[in-house]
Amino acid sequence: MERRRERIDRGIKVRSEDIFALCSWREMLYLAFPRLLPIVGLILLSFVLSIYWQKVLLSVSVFALLAISWDILAQTGMISLGQALFFGMGAYLAGIMNHTWGLSPFITIPVATVSGGLFCTLLLLPVLRLRGIYFSMVTLVLPLMLVRIVEATKIFGGTEGLSGLGALPSRWVELYTVILALLAALFGLRRLMGSDFGLVLKGINDNDRSVMNAGINIYWFKAQALFIAGSVGAFAGAYMTHVYMFVGMPVFALDYSILPIAAAVVGGTGTLAGPMLGAFILVPLSEILRGLGGLRIVFYGLFLVVFTIALPEGIFHYICRKYQQFERWVEVET
Amino acid sequence: MLPSTLVYGFANSIILALVALGFNLTFGISGVANFAYGALYILAGFAAWVLFNSAGLPYILAVLFSVLLTALAGALMYRFVILRIKGMVLSEVIATFGIGLAILELLKYLGFIGYEYNLPVFMDFSIDIGQVTIDMQRICIVIIGMGLTGFLWFFTHHTRTGLRFRAIAQDERTALSLGINADRVAALSVSFGAAYAAIAAIVILPLGTITVEHGYDVLINALAVCIVGGLGSTGGVIFASFLIGYAETFTAAYIGSHWVMLVPLAAILAILVIKPSGIFGQQKELEERI
Repeated sequence: MERRRERIDRGIKVRSEDIFALCSWREMLYLAFPRLLPIVGLILLSFVLSIYWQKVLLSVSVFALLAISWDILAQTGMISLGQALFFGMGAYLAGIMNHTWGLSPFITIPVATVSGGLFCTLLLLPVLRLRGIYFSMVTLVLPLMLVRIVEATKIFGGTEGLSGLGALPSRWVELYTVILALLAALFGLRRLMGSDFGLVLKGINDNDRSVMNAGINIYWFKAQALFIAGSVGAFAGAYMTHVYMFVGMPVFALDYSILPIAAAVVGGTGTLAGPMLGAFILVPLSEILRGLGGLRIVFYGLFLVVFTIALPEGIFHYICRKYQQFERWVEVET
Repeated sequence: MLPSTLVYGFANSIILALVALGFNLTFGISGVANFAYGALYILAGFAAWVLFNSAGLPYILAVLFSVLLTALAGALMYRFVILRIKGMVLSEVIATFGIGLAILELLKYLGFIGYEYNLPVFMDFSIDIGQVTIDMQRICIVIIGMGLTGFLWFFTHHTRTGLRFRAIAQDERTALSLGINADRVAALSVSFGAAYAAIAAIVILPLGTITVEHGYDVLINALAVCIVGGLGSTGGVIFASFLIGYAETFTAAYIGSHWVMLVPLAAILAILVIKPSGIFGQQKELEERI
């Protein structure tokens, strides 16, 4: 009896691309496993972890959201160096609404999500025409500038910030809000990027001129991408405001800009799942290294360097390739 | 008020020019945006301090060694990191920023925080220019700043290495075909930029204490001057540093010192919106916006 090795994804891929005629549970499992893993994993994790690590999971999810929002922009050809802008905008909007009018978090978070996205889009509208590194510089500078303005004009509590804000009812609500938001963002936006709309966005990244040639208004699409990414980032900020019950200048900190980029670089850009995976590696790692004090940021910087040099495609692409290359032995029909 | 603002504004402008020259040199020659620049600047300051105070070297030797050390650090950074990701702008930015972060935070971790970390001034007295009293250190900064700018011009126009610098800046492939080792020259340009950062640090840091946080401000200032002037253009850097330097000094004098750090940021923003490649930039219009 002769045997040969066969890639198990070949047949499944052919049949699952357009028409869904999968032949067995095994094949369905092969397709469903990578999708189910984050859903089941996150829900299981939330039960297993101690309270301290639940907090870590929470901040992991927030950074994952920021990384996903970064990736949406990056796929549209806008490399942002200032996710803190979106994060801070959402955080301040939610904080101000809660502080001045005493609105409940269940109102401030959705409102801050939408209005934060809108504000960021309007703010960046004048520079929508900029390409490449020039756009990046603007996004790098804006959060730094907003923080100085808050410091100099002493608006919104100035350097002290606004404290004593309303909290979410319980830590389970807290945790599941962000987990559900993360899963919704991941699967929803992945689907969006797979649709015709996403195709236009990716086309703008590949060659904006030929997209214009096709009679498509790229600025309108860029603005929409900005709004989507801005809303995702603003949600993360608004949510964190109510977790910390505080909003202040640290929300514009460099951490919120650098960590999402690092997560995307480590995880692999262009897939949305990669940046999320990166956040799930980097944030717990930096938490484990917390015992080292200031040294952990040193490791963190070196980590960035090593990854950009050694594995530029990112972990997710690597795993993806390996998953598709699984082989099994089959009998050769004679 | 006005005369002193004018004089100090001049000194401030030269400080900005000194800070930005190295960054601009590296970017103009090899196209590498060295985001570890602020870290190298602070590293040079602390290296000089350690060599002078702990190792007990004479000051001039300590300065010399710290400049050489920083230049070496720049060359090593190019050889082992930047070379592998050359041409991928985002990766370059992330990797160099990672290195800068690591250097600065390592210095912080090692306990380089406090008022005792300051470098001695060169000459400890002040002189009067008209009615304005100005300390000798600022005069030294102005003289050295002008000297370094002049040296840079001479170096890139009248020495073999300098001509090679300009060759790879103009066209790397043609330079290669003429037998110029582009990688080595680019490495040299990064280490030259680092050496300029070190010299700027040695000259400017005696005005205050050396703090790790200052490293980030230095990077922002260098970026602001280079973007406003046009990345890679030395004339633009001089012009932009006067523009921003005077704007900063006037802001500090007439509006409030809180607003000073806003000036470079606002300048970056304004220039990027109006003319992204900078006042003296020679980038093609199509590359910067659509």
